[in-house]
Amino acid sequence: MSKVEHLDNIIERFGPHLHDAPWGGWQGDRKIDRVVNTHCPYCGMQCGMKLLVSEEHVVGLEPRYDFPVNEGRLCPKGVTAYLQTHHPDRLLHPLIKRNGTFERASWDEAMELVVSKFKGFQEKHGKDSICVYSGSSLTTEKTYLVGKFARLGLGTRYVDYNGRLCMASAGAANKKAFGIDRVANPWSDIPLADVLIIAGANCAETFPIINGFLWKQRDNGGVWIVIDPRETPTARQGDLHLQLKPGTDVALTSGILHVLINEGLIDQGFIDSRTNDWEATRETALKYSPAMASEISGVPTEKIVQAAQIYGRAKTSMVMHARGIEHHSNGTENVLSYINLVLATGSIGSPGRGYGTITGQGNGQGGREHGQKADQLPGYRSILDPEHRKYIAGVWGIDESELPGAGISAVEAFEKMRVGEIKGLISICSNMMVSLPDTNRVRQSLENLEFNVNIDFFMSESSRYADVILPGTTWSEDEGTTTSGEGRVIKINKAVDPPGEARRDWEILQEIAERMGRGKYFGFKNPREIWDELRVASKGGSADYYGITYEKIDAQDGVFWPCPTEESTGTPRLFEERFAHPDGRAKFHPIEYKGAEEKPDEEYPLIFTSGRIVHQYLSGNQTRRIKFLVDQCPEPYVEIHPETARKYKINDGERVKVVSRRGEGVFPALVVKTIRPDTIFIPYHWGEQLAANQLTNPALDPTSRIPEFKACAARIEKIHSRELPILGKGRRGTSQSEVVRGYQL
Amino acid sequence: MKETMFIDPQRCIGCRSCVAACRECSTHKGYSMIFVDYIDRTETTATMPTVCMHCNEPTCAQVCPADAIKQTDDGIVLSALKPRCLDCRNCVNACPFGVPKYNSAMHLQMKCDMCYDRTSEGLKPMCASVCPTGALSFGTYEQIVPLRRTKPVNAHVFGNQRVETRVYLMVPSEADEITVDGCGVFEGRVNPDAAENESWIDTQVEMSDKSNEF
Repeated sequence: MSKVEHLDNIIERFGPHLHDAPWGGWQGDRKIDRVVNTHCPYCGMQCGMKLLVSEEHVVGLEPRYDFPVNEGRLCPKGVTAYLQTHHPDRLLHPLIKRNGTFERASWDEAMELVVSKFKGFQEKHGKDSICVYSGSSLTTEKTYLVGKFARLGLGTRYVDYNGRLCMASAGAANKKAFGIDRVANPWSDIPLADVLIIAGANCAETFPIINGFLWKQRDNGGVWIVIDPRETPTARQGDLHLQLKPGTDVALTSGILHVLINEGLIDQGFIDSRTNDWEATRETALKYSPAMASEISGVPTEKIVQAAQIYGRAKTSMVMHARGIEHHSNGTENVLSYINLVLATGSIGSPGRGYGTITGQGNGQGGREHGQKADQLPGYRSILDPEHRKYIAGVWGIDESELPGAGISAVEAFEKMRVGEIKGLISICSNMMVSLPDTNRVRQSLENLEFNVNIDFFMSESSRYADVILPGTTWSEDEGTTTSGEGRVIKINKAVDPPGEARRDWEILQEIAERMGRGKYFGFKNPREIWDELRVASKGGSADYYGITYEKIDAQDGVFWPCPTEESTGTPRLFEERFAHPDGRAKFHPIEYKGAEEKPDEEYPLIFTSGRIVHQYLSGNQTRRIKFLVDQCPEPYVEIHPETARKYKINDGERVKVVSRRGEGVFPALVVKTIRPDTIFIPYHWGEQLAANQLTNPALDPTSRIPEFKACAARIEKIHSRELPILGKGRRGTSQSEVVRGYQL
Repeated sequence: MKETMFIDPQRCIGCRSCVAACRECSTHKGYSMIFVDYIDRTETTATMPTVCMHCNEPTCAQVCPADAIKQTDDGIVLSALKPRCLDCRNCVNACPFGVPKYNSAMHLQMKCDMCYDRTSEGLKPMCASVCPTGALSFGTYEQIVPLRRTKPVNAHVFGNQRVETRVYLMVPSEADEITVDGCGVFEGRVNPDAAENESWIDTQVEMSDKSNEF
């Protein structure tokens, strides 16, 4: 029996409902009581914006022209972000599920239930029977508190976060190659580069505001080489598009490196003086001729040569990438292979010369540094390193032996829930039923849990499986810092109080800890107190925030970490003189091409890849309720090349079944020449039967434990109208077995 | 020189941030007066933003029987004056750029007025403020044009009608004016079956977005 009550009821009560007007409706001459300088709650650009407050409600926005990153610019998600604050779907009081139905409960009742269940599990099954699962759209203060809450409040080693689904491969590769995980250059370096390599990054749709920097570079006469299986708006606007097969990056970059070596376009001086392990990398790359790279990647040989020449001859250049190369079972190697290009040309560490991943989540950077990751402690310290453990134990006032060991990554933790090893879950800032791979397996995990607590401000597809829901706050109701994709620590400011009985996330976690009898470690009265402890906890670590104060953030429009002392103004550009490895040198990595874990075959002849659209943010729990955004793209679709569509006799707009080894879904076909004939694409922001992740492969990268969202084998099937699934009416729960299909009636 | 709008379609990423932001102008009451369209989604992701071109001799005002559409001294063509608008929609049909829309709920023609309430106070229009790429930019000719590799054009020829506009279209060619000749042949790639093969996503966006496109 499904844990989810009748879907019609739950949607009627909690949405998503489409809402599209500010509090009190659209008004011409409203009196604005105050204007609050803050930032967008969504992606890693963390654009500045001003919220307009009238009668203690957020009623609109004004561009924040004086914030240097975006100078007023915003994407449509940013423009409409304020509409979530007073959205009618907001969860305004705690909910407890009784007889399968959510009922209103008091905070005391809900907290008592949570704590008694957690205590019961831990007495019976040990401390590690509970898992904490978090996200990186929280402020850094909250993410720090999540790690401390798991290890000290609950004493479990199982804590991880949705950054595993984001840029974990980039983080792992950056640590290996440079010894530190941060973008090497501020975005303001982009316009100074003659040539940009943009790999697996649909900047136009996923980081719209970075386009301002890209176009400044273009206006200066710069060139873009775009590497993407789809002709995205960014690829269309670029100068050279290498339209590779998903998952073949290593072959392509090795081919490029091969040309750089053979044409003498490498910087031997830099390689000798600032790097290690070049010889082995050189030998490996020489095995991949441009012709061979072309054969594997599907990119014409002459384009590979041309790309290498343009990049290799440029005086200044930057390589940027995003999830396209990172979401692979060899994501870390993909990233390392691009870093090899950067190191071989020596183009790093000065204005307009550099490298970086473009982090996706709002606080993707800050959220991965301060201890909510399974194997990590604040300041990017390791939970396995005795010295690091000792330092943090000292900051927290405990004996080092009280600190649990390393946990496991997100996908692995959910597998432990599925098989019953983990009994209880407390999740925050995550919608696993949309964002994790292989939705059908995630559903089993959530249904197998004995007790499931969720903190959120809207009922997500995952919240529906919870036993207790605790209402948290949107970004506009709390203060704290985030660290943007360029490593700039910025400050989110509070505009209004939380609505109804909703509480700030850090207050909720603290109260649970207190009721668990661990209150003495959680006496924070406001985010600033958490921040001040975090500064000390990060001191001396790789991500050193000690010198960053709220005041300094305001005065400088943000502070780039590392900022180790109160006198320091931060470090916008890394690696000017040395890399972060102990010997100060960067490290090459020889990489052999492996490709995706699952390759097309007779049964599943196409490559399926997933991604994002500009009108939705991640799992869509915030943005699928805002009518303006939904209107622009009401449902997911499958992009199919006309050649492939002809083969299967599929018309534009026709609903087709897309099947992988793990699941299937029905999506309207968008027949476009902008995708490769051997590849199909579905945006992933939706849940239930619209989830692209029903198809994706949970194969993990051995280092970063990132799942392979970007390549698996799939097929498409033409279907008859009687086979179309009935969405909505007549459905109980969401388990596939419970979906009533038209033809079965 | 006076400030105006520069439309640079090759930069447009189709995000419709301008469409969303237009609604935020307090005089618009939640209605957006900008349109962003796919050119031909089967072929390309290219999109095109449409704002009022603010013609020097505005056709919409010329065909208005009630003299409801006024031009300010500095050349901004305003929305129809509510007390005068007859609901006749002459302007909607006559505008060569397809800009004015008739708002049936308000019994009024509405169109982009280059955020007159903002620009008259020294603020940039909402659309050009938020546009991520500079596909819509607001500034003086001297501020914008030297930075671009595209050429500003503000003369459009529609059959026998030549229209000069205050707003510039930035084009990647040497042409001094843009000719749209209904009887002639378009240059470049045009799909002869375009009308029949119009991508469903265009239709869907059009159908679902009534609140904004009134």
